Amino acid sequence: MKHLRSIDELGLDGLTGLLQLTDHMAEINQRPVPKVPALRGRTVASLFFEDSTRTRLSFETAAKRLSADTMTFNVSTSSVNKGESLRDTVATITDMGVDAFVVRHKSVGIPWQISQWTTASIINAGDGAHQHPTQALVDCYTIREATHAQNFSGMKIAIVGDIKHSRVARSNIQAFTLLGANVVLVAPPTLLPPDVSHWPVSVSHKLDEIIDKVDVLYMLRLQSERMAQGHVPTLREYSEQYGLTQKRVLALKSDAIVMHPGPMNRGVEMQIDPSDVKNSLIHRQVANGVSVRMAVLFELLGSGSSLGGQA
Amino acid sequence: MSKSIVIKGGTVINRSSQEVADVKIENDCVVEVGKNLKGDIQLDASGCIVSSGFVDLHAHLREPGKEEAETIETGSRAGALGGYTALVAMPNTDPPQDSVAVIDFVREQGKRAGLVDVVPSGCITLGRQGESLAPMAELANAGVTLFTDDGNGVQDAALMRRALEYAKGLGITLAQHCEVAELTKGAVMNECSCCTDLGLPGWPSIAEELMVFRDIELVRITGASMHFLHLSTMRSVELVRAAKRDGLAITAEVTPHHLSLTQELLSSYNPVFKVNPPLRSIDDIRALKAGLLDGTIDAIATDHAPHPRRDKEMSLDMAPPGMLGLETALGVVLAEGGCEIRDVVALMSWNPAKIARIDAEHGRDVVAGIKANLCVFDPQLTWSVDPERLASKSINTPYVGRTLRGRVRHTMFKGTATVIDGQAQK
Amino acid sequence: MSKSVSSSPSREAMTAADVRRAIVRIAHEIVERNHGVDGLAIVGLQRGGTWIAEEIAAQINNIEKEVKVPVGALDVSLHRDDIGMRPVSLGAISNIPFDLSGATVVVVDDVLYTGRTVRAAMEGLNNYGRPRAVQLAVLVDRGHRELPIRPDFVGKNLPTHRGDEVSATHDGVFVTPNPEGKP
Repeated sequence: MKHLRSIDELGLDGLTGLLQLTDHMAEINQRPVPKVPALRGRTVASLFFEDSTRTRLSFETAAKRLSADTMTFNVSTSSVNKGESLRDTVATITDMGVDAFVVRHKSVGIPWQISQWTTASIINAGDGAHQHPTQALVDCYTIREATHAQNFSGMKIAIVGDIKHSRVARSNIQAFTLLGANVVLVAPPTLLPPDVSHWPVSVSHKLDEIIDKVDVLYMLRLQSERMAQGHVPTLREYSEQYGLTQKRVLALKSDAIVMHPGPMNRGVEMQIDPSDVKNSLIHRQVANGVSVRMAVLFELLGSGSSLGGQA
Repeated sequence: MSKSIVIKGGTVINRSSQEVADVKIENDCVVEVGKNLKGDIQLDASGCIVSSGFVDLHAHLREPGKEEAETIETGSRAGALGGYTALVAMPNTDPPQDSVAVIDFVREQGKRAGLVDVVPSGCITLGRQGESLAPMAELANAGVTLFTDDGNGVQDAALMRRALEYAKGLGITLAQHCEVAELTKGAVMNECSCCTDLGLPGWPSIAEELMVFRDIELVRITGASMHFLHLSTMRSVELVRAAKRDGLAITAEVTPHHLSLTQELLSSYNPVFKVNPPLRSIDDIRALKAGLLDGTIDAIATDHAPHPRRDKEMSLDMAPPGMLGLETALGVVLAEGGCEIRDVVALMSWNPAKIARIDAEHGRDVVAGIKANLCVFDPQLTWSVDPERLASKSINTPYVGRTLRGRVRHTMFKGTATVIDGQAQK
Repeated sequence: MSKSVSSSPSREAMTAADVRRAIVRIAHEIVERNHGVDGLAIVGLQRGGTWIAEEIAAQINNIEKEVKVPVGALDVSLHRDDIGMRPVSLGAISNIPFDLSGATVVVVDDVLYTGRTVRAAMEGLNNYGRPRAVQLAVLVDRGHRELPIRPDFVGKNLPTHRGDEVSATHDGVFVTPNPEGKP
């Protein structure tokens, strides 16, 4: 495996392989000294064109736990803003000796475009509304950890919120369905993409009709700009119809799991404090982030899987 | 006394005849069409078609303002290599073609290059801002016959109505880039299942169709004439077909890329496939081809839109839309258009010459007495596109690595060979 | 290079009974050397050494009946010095559910060869704490060391050629010669 850019590119075998590898990394993180020399001498560069301290730190911690060196490219002071093209930037950094780029950008397709300009491995940390594969890995791992299920057949997972603009939703829909889950999207029609008929999901516009039937309730963040763009009349109305309220928490099955990719909009999609929700795994999603990213880095840079079996 | 040129052994295609014949040219005119003609210079046309030179109703030559991408000279050369003897230059230059000074400049640059007739189009609205009318009478007096705000559609219906009424009085043609801007904000590709997967804002078909419908109705009540640029959807074709049945003075064009490339190409994330209007579905392509065959669509126009390499290396959403087209048009249309060769000549030469009102010297039957604006092309020759070897200054062609069928061998412009054996002569 | 099915049969270097007796002897030697089981911990290396570690620990518990010696398993794949040079397959997950600091850790493996696995193991142990001492017990020492590593407890010294394959299970130790000189 050379890159991790999207879940559909990863495929089911790649997905399950990384989840199993994560178990090893999780054990390493339990050790008093959570560090192995596996990626010693390798360099991982973070190219974050969109702000995200948490994801970036998660990747950097993962790299360091594997003894890789890290490089952070700060886009606000970079020459990309002064007109140097993205291509030149990538080439310059590659020349400094980088083995992998972790890239987050607001434009769809950047990880694939960058792959043409460098021999380094590319890890997509989010490209526009398209894909966020490591988040999907974290979420699958978290569900697997909680349910001990190797695959998700028979599991009913509801993804609630702004599917249209969500890369987390697109990656998770692919990952959950690859693992066999029944996925239902819950959103007003304006927050669904124009045509989802070819996706292996069902759709509901009424959260209350399905909330007592789901095994996993996955809440997405609603950005306040969506109101200005006319996707929802008011945030209050959205919150009443699609938010996680106290009443809805009580309607959940006793063993249902609640998840959210963060950061949360309190009072919008989450009306209650998640720490008050008995089965919230939001803290596990955060905790598992480093282990999952260690597995990804090791698979791309250290496992030798890209060597094709010949020494 | 300049040398005489004889184009030997080609099949001359005219509106009511098609025969193997030699064509003799002296100075800037065709002097004889017949058998066994002799002249000082012989150009072999065996296996080729000889027709009037092609006329592109829609080329962005970028000069003045964006010479990094193309100049009138390099664009003219690309046109000549594509078999064109006339190019209608789109007015979205900087400054835009809404004043006589800029019109004259563009025409002069074209004359200086001396490779094709560069026919400047004018803007409908001042600065293409869509707010007030450009001085169309003044521009018409300076020889402009086609007016458009291309790059944008005229959003204000009342203003468009006034423009059509005004145009009617001047005997000029307005051309519309049909796009309701509010429906296409931030759009990168056709609104379809592919853009659902990619998480990209889509350019819905109705954004084009609503304006086609609106302008057909405005033509109906004003009695003016209208030319629709780069139609791309099934429903647009249906609307124009019905309008023509009603006898309205409507013409329409389609680009080679809208006849051959589909929206799925955007899943390669390659901005070379980003264009306005966007590549659409296979069903839209079928409808457009049917429109070519039944006369609903009158012309093929390239919408040749060069962009510097750097601009097309940006992300999909940031990259400007547009593709090259002049040098590949014939090859694409013959390979994919589904038309007979004589229909191709009608679509690329006879009809556009009439729409641009330059049919005194272009798009004529090849007979003695006409201005020698001719195209000699081999309709069977297959070739593949190497972007670095195109004459255009830019390389943003979507046909890299594709095999095209049909290539220009010689082009004659006002009696001078601008292209011989596929090589530009100047 | 033609790859023929190995025509030379494996030879049995240790029988099942030999293996059992060796393990019992090693267990006694460990107790003797360490003057008892105080502070002792056994760590088997994935995958070949874990079953031996379990059996050694069971034997020690037989000898010194009052205490149960802690047993763990360590996967050294992530500590190897040839990562990125050839495909790595991870063994079962490490499991050392006790504190190693100040313990005398006996690392157990089935076959000692170049010594690189043991070096990786010593580095891996450091993640769990600082042992007072590390000792090495192997069922078979087949020679060809590439690092200055030596075992404290050996089941059998077994001279081999570089290309030979050595396998060690409950059923015995077998050597399969490879005359092609496989790397």
